[in-house]
Amino acid sequence: MTATTPTADERLVDVGRLRRLLIRPELGSIVGAVIVYIFFTTRSDIFGTVDGIANWLDPASTLGIMAVAVALLMIGGEFDLSAGVLTGSVGLMTALLTTRGGMNLWAAIFVTLLAALAIGFINGMLVVRTRLPSFIVTLGTFLMLQGLNLGLTKQITDTVQVGGLDKVPGYHAAFKLFSSTIKIGGSDFRVAVFWWIGVTAVATWVLMRTRPGNWIFSVGGDVRAARSVGVPANRTKIALFMTTAGAAWLVGTITALRLTSVQANSGVGQEFTYIIAAVIGGCLLTGGYGSAIGASIGAIIFGMADKGIIYAGWDSDWFKFFLGVMLLLATLTNSLVRRFAEEARK
Amino acid sequence: MRKARLLTGVAAAALLLAACSDSNKVDNNTPSNNTNTNANAGTTNKANLTFAVITHGSAGDKFWDVVKAGAEKAGSDLGIKVTYQSDGSAEKQSQLIDTAVSQKVSGLVVSMADPAALKASVEKAVAAGIPVITINSGEGSSAAFGAITHVGQSETVAGQGAGTALKNAGVKHLLCVVHEAGNIGLEQRCNGAKSTLGGTVTNLQVDVSNLADASSKIKAKLQADKSVDGVLTLNNGVAIAARDAIRDANSTAKLATFDLDATVIDAIKAGQILFAIDQQQYLQGYLPITLLYLYKTNLNIAGGGQPVLTGPGFVTKDNADQIATLAGQGTR
Repeated sequence: MTATTPTADERLVDVGRLRRLLIRPELGSIVGAVIVYIFFTTRSDIFGTVDGIANWLDPASTLGIMAVAVALLMIGGEFDLSAGVLTGSVGLMTALLTTRGGMNLWAAIFVTLLAALAIGFINGMLVVRTRLPSFIVTLGTFLMLQGLNLGLTKQITDTVQVGGLDKVPGYHAAFKLFSSTIKIGGSDFRVAVFWWIGVTAVATWVLMRTRPGNWIFSVGGDVRAARSVGVPANRTKIALFMTTAGAAWLVGTITALRLTSVQANSGVGQEFTYIIAAVIGGCLLTGGYGSAIGASIGAIIFGMADKGIIYAGWDSDWFKFFLGVMLLLATLTNSLVRRFAEEARK
Repeated sequence: MRKARLLTGVAAAALLLAACSDSNKVDNNTPSNNTNTNANAGTTNKANLTFAVITHGSAGDKFWDVVKAGAEKAGSDLGIKVTYQSDGSAEKQSQLIDTAVSQKVSGLVVSMADPAALKASVEKAVAAGIPVITINSGEGSSAAFGAITHVGQSETVAGQGAGTALKNAGVKHLLCVVHEAGNIGLEQRCNGAKSTLGGTVTNLQVDVSNLADASSKIKAKLQADKSVDGVLTLNNGVAIAARDAIRDANSTAKLATFDLDATVIDAIKAGQILFAIDQQQYLQGYLPITLLYLYKTNLNIAGGGQPVLTGPGFVTKDNADQIATLAGQGTR
């Protein structure tokens, strides 16, 4: 230890590489992910093969994109409950604009991006202007979007589903970019997996290496302190809501192009999964702490548990129970590791 | 400056809403007060008849939209008033029934997904002299609660039909994909298929609101157990998810499904889905209104104590084209 002279500031104490590693928010989730992975590879022959990995990375990818954006927002001290249903809105809007409105698919994808960002902007604006909890504000937009999705779809199509995206000109190129598969090691990996890696990398860079990253941590930690040192708190929060909406646009587009038809209820209920993945990955519900990589690992744990239970051949009626146990264990490991690390620091 | 930004946001929201709403359509689903106090069967003047349809379909369920369309068409064909309300929660559904009873409707059509929870309300309606017809689910409790008849598809019979057809197609190990945990009707379909298939049936739980995940779950199952040579889905959306899963897993499993939509019909025409079992739910809206009308004006009771079956109807490559036209109109 270098803290031998009495004048040395305790914050400058060299805590050692191992402990510094341990206090990273994602460490606990990495340990959890390794345990879940080893557990299921011993239970199934396919789980650890390329085929198996490609399959459990598929649901993890779209979940991961959302979880990363939601993690940023949670670090910034806010929630977005409208994120799940917004993925459905995006898909419905794309499908309606192209199949019913005759719009070019690329133009429609661009228009829905603007619409999604506008919804994110409205969410953020309402939160910072009214100072109401974002839980309530976005619960409101969640319900409104759910109603709009259903009401509009029915008014325009007379049913609750919009199909025929695959017959729209430009579909194949868009499908290639957003929803196709890439052959690696003899198995088909969803291109969404690469979007996910990209999103995680960009988010991590922003959080760890840029000024806006510091702003995000500070507005989530203590917004008044952040303001008093000149952090543009409102703009940061609005940008975070728009980021979540942007991620919902990406996931909504990926899902719609993949399934080629969108049901009016799609995405409803997914918002909690995003939050769960972010929390497993080390985000605190109170804000100011967390990581983008952690959220991605949370999504991987979710994906592995989800598919592992099937590969292991367990009775799928018990699926939710196993999932709950798995999630609880992962979060527990996470908090134990963190407590250990914080104690080691003292 | 700040105010201006807020205003822009509000204006954008208003524009969005304006673009989205069509104020020409008037919602006519609220039951109006009915002053008809004559509850005696067979003697009612047709002009005073109001029938209430109260189902457990959640808003936006494509299936129930067709039921609603059937009930409303029967109402307009007969020149009588039909109201349609639905709520997925049994408690709210029972409150809707209580409201209809207090409004003294001339007849009641109820789907009983959770018969025990609706027992008191349905019996109260019967005690008030309102004829009740149950539809879709709750066949077993229908007569006991005092309903005059049940209109629906016996899930077991439909499952048996699917099992027989799959057996004829050579399926030995069937994967039955259940998309709603705790829905007894879905389990009955799987059990029905099991009883006539003569082979093995394995159930798999998926979540209907996340179809991409459902697809990768089915794929995982097909990879994990290569002996599966048939997949039976119980919902049209899940059918498409299963089609993709079979393709992605390079499996040769044959696929059949319950319920259909335009995409399923295309897949049937393309030979990717063997057949779809159609519950013909339009009849579950149309028939009970007609039966209530005949009961109120002519004291007829159909079924003779047995349920009036609306299915299973099979949609195959042969009739897919005609059905496609009708499905597009929202009646199939």
